[in-house]
Amino acid sequence: MSDAKPRPRAMASTTEPATAGAGTGAPAPPPTVEVRVPPRSWRSEVRAVKIVWRRELIRFQKDRMRIVTSLVQPLLFLFVLGSGLQQLSAASTDGVDLKTFIYPGVLCISVMFTGMFSAASIVWDREFGFLREMMVAPVRRSSIVIGKVFGGATVASLQGLILLALAWAVHVPYSVGLVLGVFALQLLLAFSITAFGVMIAARITQIQSFMGVMQMIVTPMFFISGALFPSGDLPGWLAVLNRLDPVTYAVTPMRTLIFNNLNLSAEATHTLNPPITWFGWEVPIALQVFMVFALGMVMLGVAIAEFNAGD
Amino acid sequence: MAAISVTDLRKSFGDFEAVKGVSFEVGTGEVFGFLGPNGAGKTTTINMLCTLTKPTSGHAEVAGFDVVAARDDVRRHIGLVFQDPTLDGYLSAEQNLRLHAELYGVESKVVKPRMEQVLRMVGLWERRDSQVMTFSGGMRRRLEIARGLMHSPRVLFLDEPTIGLDPQTRASIWGYIRQLQQSEEITIFMTTHYMDEAEFCGRIAIMDGGEIVALDTPEALKEAVGADRIRIETADDERAIAELGERFGLEATVSEGAVSFAVADGEEFVPRLFAELQVPISSVNLSRPTLDDVFMSHTGSTIRDAEESSSKNRNRAVMQAMHAGGRR
Ligand SMILES: Nc1ncnc2c1ncn2[C@@H]1O[C@H](COP(=O)(O)OP(=O)(O)OP(=O)(O)O)[C@@H](O)[C@H]1O
Ligand SMILES: [Mg+2]
Repeated sequence: MSDAKPRPRAMASTTEPATAGAGTGAPAPPPTVEVRVPPRSWRSEVRAVKIVWRRELIRFQKDRMRIVTSLVQPLLFLFVLGSGLQQLSAASTDGVDLKTFIYPGVLCISVMFTGMFSAASIVWDREFGFLREMMVAPVRRSSIVIGKVFGGATVASLQGLILLALAWAVHVPYSVGLVLGVFALQLLLAFSITAFGVMIAARITQIQSFMGVMQMIVTPMFFISGALFPSGDLPGWLAVLNRLDPVTYAVTPMRTLIFNNLNLSAEATHTLNPPITWFGWEVPIALQVFMVFALGMVMLGVAIAEFNAGD
Repeated sequence: MAAISVTDLRKSFGDFEAVKGVSFEVGTGEVFGFLGPNGAGKTTTINMLCTLTKPTSGHAEVAGFDVVAARDDVRRHIGLVFQDPTLDGYLSAEQNLRLHAELYGVESKVVKPRMEQVLRMVGLWERRDSQVMTFSGGMRRRLEIARGLMHSPRVLFLDEPTIGLDPQTRASIWGYIRQLQQSEEITIFMTTHYMDEAEFCGRIAIMDGGEIVALDTPEALKEAVGADRIRIETADDERAIAELGERFGLEATVSEGAVSFAVADGEEFVPRLFAELQVPISSVNLSRPTLDDVFMSHTGSTIRDAEESSSKNRNRAVMQAMHAGGRR
């Protein structure tokens, strides 16, 4: 087809530079650069994913304010709530500082809320028209959505890394395994939350409603998940909700990872980080991690389908 | 081969038919203008041609590809400058263009030279590292045009590229368009509702209420109107209109506060007008046909009046929608 050939019109302007800029004294236009857009291939899709992902990072880097403001909430939870409730809980935490106990939970919320903001950027993009520029490009919509979700996840887990710097303040010793493990879990959770947000953003096109809906869903999920309390002996109704809440399966592996790094008595571990059970069956940590991942993939799939359906 | 060919293209939004079956062809290298008041269906037509909206029925080919069946092929061969801005204000001009080049799969080794070429053309090469947020409206528009050209499209769609720009910027945008036509054999499809701009186009389609009411070169359109246009301000417009009808058999209308009508030989008619019209005349204005008159002769109103009434309709529609929403 004609599209594959370079076009022969190239250097037309260089042969007659006098005519172009004559009246105005403007410089002659630079020679035309030959460009051709190749047919769609997996390479062009990868390029699209990469550039959409890069854009999220560039924007994150330019938005210092967002970095600072997103730290406020986790710091409040950790130091205000943690220190404040310490007086009440000293007896029941087997000598473990409450701040240490809620630290893994706070690592999760921080990622959840920043992931939510990352997903909101797709709503902003729609509002400012930029989404359209991406949607008319000759690439699959799925590439755009995947780039967006990966970008959002990367940004959210980068922010999570800042909180990792606080580990010493809550008496968690560093190790390579800890840092890598926490980052990996944060990336996973950020991916799932961003996929969730993008899925919602396909439907809800106004930023106010989007933030409202996300708050309405994410906040209860966070509270129910046991990020702030052990999920052992909960009242029946709460135990059921707790097991249904996907965030539970992100918080528990995170807490297990952190606790494995501490020298805790078996008793303390058992009260503070009881295993998650389904009708008495202990759910393996690996399965929990996999569930978060699988759910993220499903939501990504739905998001792609939704963006493909819209015109 | 025609760059764009359209047959009986239609688009409905619910019960409302925004584009009511348009057909036309645009040749390669042509500058083709779509002219019409707000709400005429220009953007809707463009959106169908550039695959953003699926036609309800009808057929359209752009650069030789069907806009429904070969959506990606169409997209690779067109450049778009939307009516509403679509730049990322947080990125620099260069980053915006680079992003575009990556999305369109432009070969990496030509990205830089091509970027320099298009940025120099629109006079933004020196500003390439500035955040787009800091650009003025005219600079953004120019950058969008540059971006639309990054991948050397065969057809460039410009939806009201000069709206809200000062005369110099408008002139320079027209400068680029002519330059492109010469150096890249690019076909340009643009919409506007500035009558004076439409004259720069090779051919014009006048659109009103979702239909093409006339399509020809600006000269031919003006010639077809033939008559001169006379506008008079009178003490009593209604009586003047009635008298013009009775005495001279002329059909006059009131628009923009003056009675206006067309006659074959304007200069000779004016003395007769003063002698015979009973209504006092306070001012008279005689003009050769312009595209405004072309528009008027095809739609019965000036483009501005058409816009006012369409915005009234729109307001009514909004009110109705709100009522309907309230009842639900
Ligand atoms: N998504 C939509 N849903 C419902 N109605 C729409 C939609 N898009 C356009 N319309 C209607 O279709 C008609 C044509 O709109 P269009 O945007 O094509 O006009 P236009 O000629 O580009 O006007 P303007 O000069 O204001 O840009 C308008 O009455 C508009 O309200
Ligand atoms: Mg429009």
